[in-house]
Amino acid sequence: MSILQPNASVRGLPNADPRVASSGFKLGEHHDPYDPLDVAHPAAPLSRHFHPYEDNGGTVLSVSGGDYTIVASDTRLGSGYSVPTRYVSRVIKLTDKAVLASSGMHTDIAILHKVLRIRLTQYRHRHRKEMSLEAISQLLSTILYYRRFQPYYTFNVLGGIDENGQGWSYGYDAIGSHEKVRAVCSGSGQYLLQPVLDNQVEFRQMAADPTRKELQLEPCVELVKDAFTSTCERDIYTGDLVEICRITAKGVEMEKFELRAD
Amino acid sequence: MNTPESARGGFCFENAIRNSVLSANGYKAPTARKTGTTIAGVVFEGGVVLGADTRATSGATVFEKNCQKIHYIADNIMCCGAGTAADTEHTTQLIASKIWLHALATRRKPRVATALSMLKHMLFRYQGYVSAALVLGGVDFHGPHLYTVYPHGSTDRLPYVSMGSGSLAAMAVFEANYKDGLTLEDAKQLVYEGISGGIFNDLGSGGNVDLCIITADGQELIRGYAKENERKYRRPGGYKFPSGTTPVVPGSEKFKEQSKDFALVTEQDGMDVSA
Amino acid sequence: MEKVIYVNETDAQRKPLLPSASSSVMSGLRLTAGVPLKDRDDSVLASAAGAPVKHTSRPIVTGSSVIAMRCKDGVVMATDTLASYGSLARFRQISRLYKATDHCVIGGGGDMSDFFELCETVRKETTLEYCYDDGHMITASAIHQMLARIMYNRRNKMDPYWNYMLVAGWQHGKPVLGYVDLVGSHFVSEVIATGYGEYLGLPLLRKAYREDITVEEGKKVLQQILTVLFYRDARTIDRIQIACVTEKGVEISEPTKLETEWSYKAFISGARASDVSTW
Repeated sequence: MSILQPNASVRGLPNADPRVASSGFKLGEHHDPYDPLDVAHPAAPLSRHFHPYEDNGGTVLSVSGGDYTIVASDTRLGSGYSVPTRYVSRVIKLTDKAVLASSGMHTDIAILHKVLRIRLTQYRHRHRKEMSLEAISQLLSTILYYRRFQPYYTFNVLGGIDENGQGWSYGYDAIGSHEKVRAVCSGSGQYLLQPVLDNQVEFRQMAADPTRKELQLEPCVELVKDAFTSTCERDIYTGDLVEICRITAKGVEMEKFELRAD
Repeated sequence: MNTPESARGGFCFENAIRNSVLSANGYKAPTARKTGTTIAGVVFEGGVVLGADTRATSGATVFEKNCQKIHYIADNIMCCGAGTAADTEHTTQLIASKIWLHALATRRKPRVATALSMLKHMLFRYQGYVSAALVLGGVDFHGPHLYTVYPHGSTDRLPYVSMGSGSLAAMAVFEANYKDGLTLEDAKQLVYEGISGGIFNDLGSGGNVDLCIITADGQELIRGYAKENERKYRRPGGYKFPSGTTPVVPGSEKFKEQSKDFALVTEQDGMDVSA
Repeated sequence: MEKVIYVNETDAQRKPLLPSASSSVMSGLRLTAGVPLKDRDDSVLASAAGAPVKHTSRPIVTGSSVIAMRCKDGVVMATDTLASYGSLARFRQISRLYKATDHCVIGGGGDMSDFFELCETVRKETTLEYCYDDGHMITASAIHQMLARIMYNRRNKMDPYWNYMLVAGWQHGKPVLGYVDLVGSHFVSEVIATGYGEYLGLPLLRKAYREDITVEEGKKVLQQILTVLFYRDARTIDRIQIACVTEKGVEISEPTKLETEWSYKAFISGARASDVSTW
């Protein structure tokens, strides 16, 4: 589906050697003691090369039912094996009917959210109305593809209610490829979470059952809480807190829900 | 002599040349599971307290949530391991065996320094390729002992030590709170706080705090001394999958009968995966 | 003949710079345009003609950790006063705390010359604010955000300011504490530590933090943590400064020496005396 998934080579995580951790460099940053560029400057043993990308982890999801969408993100900011802070908000309310959640590199998330907020304000002033969910989904794709060759290292899910009152979710890769779906998730816990959503929300791999009903809002929130609780049992970059946004005809409501902190 | 290869002892290097050729041609050898860890130990008046977290990771994934990182060497000696999981486990198992044989041969209670020497000789011989970073503690004839052993075979003897990716968090707690004349309770509290610092601040460490107290009277391993990361939420009602939820592949009904005993798959019975 | 760009140096030191990657060789030198003087690296010259431009960058004179805690009645921030040159403790009396406004202080680690340049940039902005004379002064949050944008902009050019900075302030009756780094990553938090402080200081800061902690208590916590950093971080010395931002303004202490403990019994004789069993 997408290129530029968070992967080990970017993040450099398998480097769990405690000796590297104690060398004072951020884990995940490249350091090669035999690099000729380093040797060229013997007075500077602290030398290292600049890596403009870093993966701060995090898991985001968006699940849509008939007349609602739930967008959620955990709030842990990871860096190598450290947690610089336990609380950063990765969800942004774009309109009363659209919420974006992003994982990946925190600095890129921040600027992407800023850019989107500016573009939506400009639209509001120019057209005297809010941008529709469909239009936002396209705008986000365009903004991401604009940086095709120096991508925003972000993995976005957009959720909301369209002009017919129908809930929809959109999943993106880092450079703007996107898909309109019922349930999608992204980020470091993606591979743990997505199969659960496929099964519990979209009833994949299950025989047709006429008595089965689509998930209502509150049972779906319970599913999201359980799925995040399970994800942070097994993904070290997910944890601390999850922000869950309910998007309904009434607007956007956010709930904070505690996760494990180790 | 017709001894099975694996019974001869030592490592097998017969594919070393082949593997170096393969890796020169771009083939990547499978990597070992290196797990982030916080392990630590503190000496007190009458003995040693060792501590460890219980998380085993594989990259960014938690592989095991409640593993035991405090390994047995002898009744009066225990050893915490950080680094490559297989290396720490096998190294401590091997030394435990050697210590037991040594104790039988000498008819003496094993000494911590003996285990230390065996460990460092072995690790030095393998030039760091056996990547075990250990905290060795015990009580013997000479009193309490606490050592760290680095993967290359160097050792330290100190009143308080820590190892693994969470070693800095644990050491920070020790440096801030250590004092002379610790009692058993003080030492337990200090080790617990150190490991807890690693659990909450180092992503490679997590789960519960295990403690092991070794005194002249013996040792006590406390699994789950502190359990601060129990699951906080379960979906009310759980998940139900009534019988028949999984669709049956058309044409495979006949396996149902057979599988009561034991399904024998022949070429004619090839699974129909066209659906 | 290609256009030659000069970096801002004295005439005697001037060296020609080419504007882009090029196979031209000038008196045996081929330098990369746009790379600041301190980042120039002679090994780049050795690369084959036509090879891709290598922007190299590294911190040279560096400061270590900055640690800070947001308290009930203000923010406390602390650093040591060392600027290292590699493993050399080169400048022992450098202040890494910059009073930006009457209610904002910035603490910096990483490359010191980059940090001082950033402080100058902030100073220009605060001077401008002062000259407007409208009774308003740029807030700590605004400075934090401005630094984040500067840092992000430079990382996008692959030419970063190699710094980790904390911004502390008091605004609208509340304490604020923020973090910025060389890639532009930024956040606000109640406790933050950079450099080795992230590994050694943060666990202790988190343990010590309470919502109702006061700046006086906070100062003691920071002092204790810097002692731990001095014990365990080879790029930290025992001379420190503590800054405190409260409603009353910014107060930066004179450099003071840390009290340290080197005489635990088990270290001096205890362990060794009873231990005749090993070397």
